[in-house]
Amino acid sequence: MGLRNFTYLFYGFSAAWLVLAAYVGILAVRERKIKRDLKVLQRMIEDRERE
Amino acid sequence: MIFLTGLAAVLLGRNLYVMLLRLPDEAMQGPIYRIIFFHVPSAWTAFTGFFAAMVASIIFLAKKDLRFDALAVSVTEVGLAFGAANLITGMIWGRIIWGIWWTWDPRLTSMLICWLLYLGYLMLRRAVEEPIERAKLSAVLSIFAFADVPVVFFSIKWWRTQHPQPVVWAGGSMDLAMWNMLFLNWVPLLLLGVVLVAVRMRQEEAERELAALRRRAHAL
Repeated sequence: MGLRNFTYLFYGFSAAWLVLAAYVGILAVRERKIKRDLKVLQRMIEDRERE
Repeated sequence: MIFLTGLAAVLLGRNLYVMLLRLPDEAMQGPIYRIIFFHVPSAWTAFTGFFAAMVASIIFLAKKDLRFDALAVSVTEVGLAFGAANLITGMIWGRIIWGIWWTWDPRLTSMLICWLLYLGYLMLRRAVEEPIERAKLSAVLSIFAFADVPVVFFSIKWWRTQHPQPVVWAGGSMDLAMWNMLFLNWVPLLLLGVVLVAVRMRQEEAERELAALRRRAHAL
């Protein structure tokens, strides 16, 4: 059981951090999308107001 | 936020050193028992988030202030991430100790239902476009969903379960050094949770700004 026990301990610790890392990744992608959309919309509004 | 993230990283580094190199193996389980130091604090962090979501939802319904709706969705999302960490680490631990990945035991089942209820909360938010209506409906769901949290918590007392009896309350026994590590490792996870909630709340505000800009662009 010794080595298997250690291996699963490693899996457990890795899984906990992978889940949180995946969530941080989701937040980062969303942040980028929001910033891009904000820039596009602001430019569009400025263009339309100038017209 | 950078300070909190740094503090969480330092505490986690220190805790990993202590739990892997200083604490002895558990007599019956061997090294695998160390999963408890992430499994249990992840659940506590998730439940803290769900509790905060319920309080924020009640305040939103009373005040109709969308900032509390933003707080509710942020803590729910972060709580779901920690809830997923709790479920997955529990499955890995169970594979070694019980010989199975999953069993429909009251504790495991109620926790999965809790997780699915809050996932439903996020899905509901995607389905309703009008911000006030969305906030109202999701606040009501968040308050009802919290009813499952005490069921998860007390399930091991109320029913005969495969899941171990509580180690923290109701007379569970644990070595003081292991006991301390359980709480010490909750601190960095909570700090991390606070940072993630702050980031998510800022995004929610930016999304509201985005929606206002879309309406303005549409009107022009």
